[in-house]
Amino acid sequence: MQAFVKRVRNGDEIAYAITFLCAFAVIAITALLVFELYRNSEPSRVKFGWSFLWTKTWDPVAGEFGALPFIYGTVVTSAFAMILGIPLGVGAAIFLAELAPPRISSGLTFLIELLAAVPSVIIGVLGVFILLPFLRIVQPYIQGALGWTPLFAGPFYGVSLFSAGVVLTIMILPFIISISREVLLSVPNDQREGALALGATRWESTWDVVVPFARKGIVGSIFLALARSLGETMAVTMVVGNDPKISASLFAPGYSIAAVIANEFTEATGDLYQGALIELGLVLFALTIVINGAARILVASTTKRGTS
Amino acid sequence: MQAPSRQLDPMSTLPNIGASSGTEPKTAADAAAKLSADNLNFFYGNFQALHGISMKVYDKRVTAFIGPSGCGKSTFLRTLNRMNETVRHSRVEGEIRLDGENIFRIDVNDVRRRVGMVFQRSNPFPKSIYDNVAYGLRINSSLSRSQLREAVEQSLRRAALWDEVKDKLHQSAYGLSGGQQQRLCIARALAVNPEVLLLDEPCSALDPIATAKIEDLIFQLKDSCTIVIVTHNMQQAARVADFTGFFLMGRLIEFDNTTVIFKTPNRKETEDYVTGRFG
Repeated sequence: MQAFVKRVRNGDEIAYAITFLCAFAVIAITALLVFELYRNSEPSRVKFGWSFLWTKTWDPVAGEFGALPFIYGTVVTSAFAMILGIPLGVGAAIFLAELAPPRISSGLTFLIELLAAVPSVIIGVLGVFILLPFLRIVQPYIQGALGWTPLFAGPFYGVSLFSAGVVLTIMILPFIISISREVLLSVPNDQREGALALGATRWESTWDVVVPFARKGIVGSIFLALARSLGETMAVTMVVGNDPKISASLFAPGYSIAAVIANEFTEATGDLYQGALIELGLVLFALTIVINGAARILVASTTKRGTS
Repeated sequence: MQAPSRQLDPMSTLPNIGASSGTEPKTAADAAAKLSADNLNFFYGNFQALHGISMKVYDKRVTAFIGPSGCGKSTFLRTLNRMNETVRHSRVEGEIRLDGENIFRIDVNDVRRRVGMVFQRSNPFPKSIYDNVAYGLRINSSLSRSQLREAVEQSLRRAALWDEVKDKLHQSAYGLSGGQQQRLCIARALAVNPEVLLLDEPCSALDPIATAKIEDLIFQLKDSCTIVIVTHNMQQAARVADFTGFFLMGRLIEFDNTTVIFKTPNRKETEDYVTGRFG
């Protein structure tokens, strides 16, 4: 007993217990969340079964509910944001960490981190009043260049999957930039010098050595951005058009899972309607896990042996 | 192995006898000056780290720099391949000639390819062993796959590492031991066939066995390469170097044959340092 008291006084046991509780709480909360979503979505699960996932109809009046248009909208807008955001974000991070003078770099980084702190509803308002009018101006040029593909065909009213993708890109950029910049800055200087000493130019040392060294951290920032864009609600709702349709064109309005839950939950009458929305929440949760897992497998399989 | 796009003017290898100073080693008469510094000053901001360094590095010889920490020996080494230019707010005055040609007038990437460098802490790239050695060749030349393979093998052999890594060329360089990583860095530097190899305390993080291997390597390399080594370990300087320079407070106090520096130094400061009576 005395030995136990002495050890506890040393703090190891206490530290173990406290940190274990913290870690356990995270897992417990997640498990509880999934359990509640599962339980409350029962009416919808029982009625529609797995076909909920590939049904295109969303008709609260008739009591017909399917998740496909929302899954489509969520995946397309997030994919769009990643395609636009990854090169922009990583490029900006490389500039800030490797090429810009330190004073300019820290000033810009401060502004970029401020952007991350802007509430998403404000981004949404800016999207409606600034981005949409701007996109209406540039849309004809994009369509003129790329209109031959179904992705950019059809009429454009402003609110669209395209607009939501642009808004999401703006929202995820601060994450990718500030984390990637930190990771790049923490690459040991002897890596840069090692490349320079072989006659590499500054850009060669950055691209061939520094960026691969920081690869894991950069990929981590991209995952964080992906999670954020899949779950983003307010800003997307305000510019996506809120129309549960599946169109090939990015210029057509769409809907996303998070947006439909936010918009319709308060007015969902009846167990089935509410259950369908809760099941959508469950789908979003699963979708996040599946996409994250797939992205991780993709990264792991393209990582050459011998790299860090 | 064919050096990538090397331009070597045979006339420029003639010894540069112009600026003779009182510190010219006696036995150096038969060797040509590969590198020569002339009244070199170096500044970090307002701090002057090097004061009027003039000396010669002789071709196919090993030159060691010794001195207490902060004496400027590493700074001087890093000016020889213009690596110090990457330090912000640094400034250099004076001349360094490589085969008679001022290195501050040659393209900086060319200088660094011709004057290779190995660092204090081994710094392999996050790539495979093979890709580490091949990197310098890939950026400086356009060898075919088989030529590249051959060059990589030859470099690893020159660094006495081939037998230890030939079965795991495509594994991460980080799986190697500290001493192997340092020899890998030497192989990587040798791959581009440098005329001069600068070693910045290459053994300071290694155990005695790994250190002995690197020292053996220095002996083998000096037939094909001019070597400059900075070391804290005076026994090491005495073992490997033909010439030794003693630095103190940013000045080159004495430069002579290694035996002179360690047995019969001319300057009191040198004697105090090499006999351990310093500070």
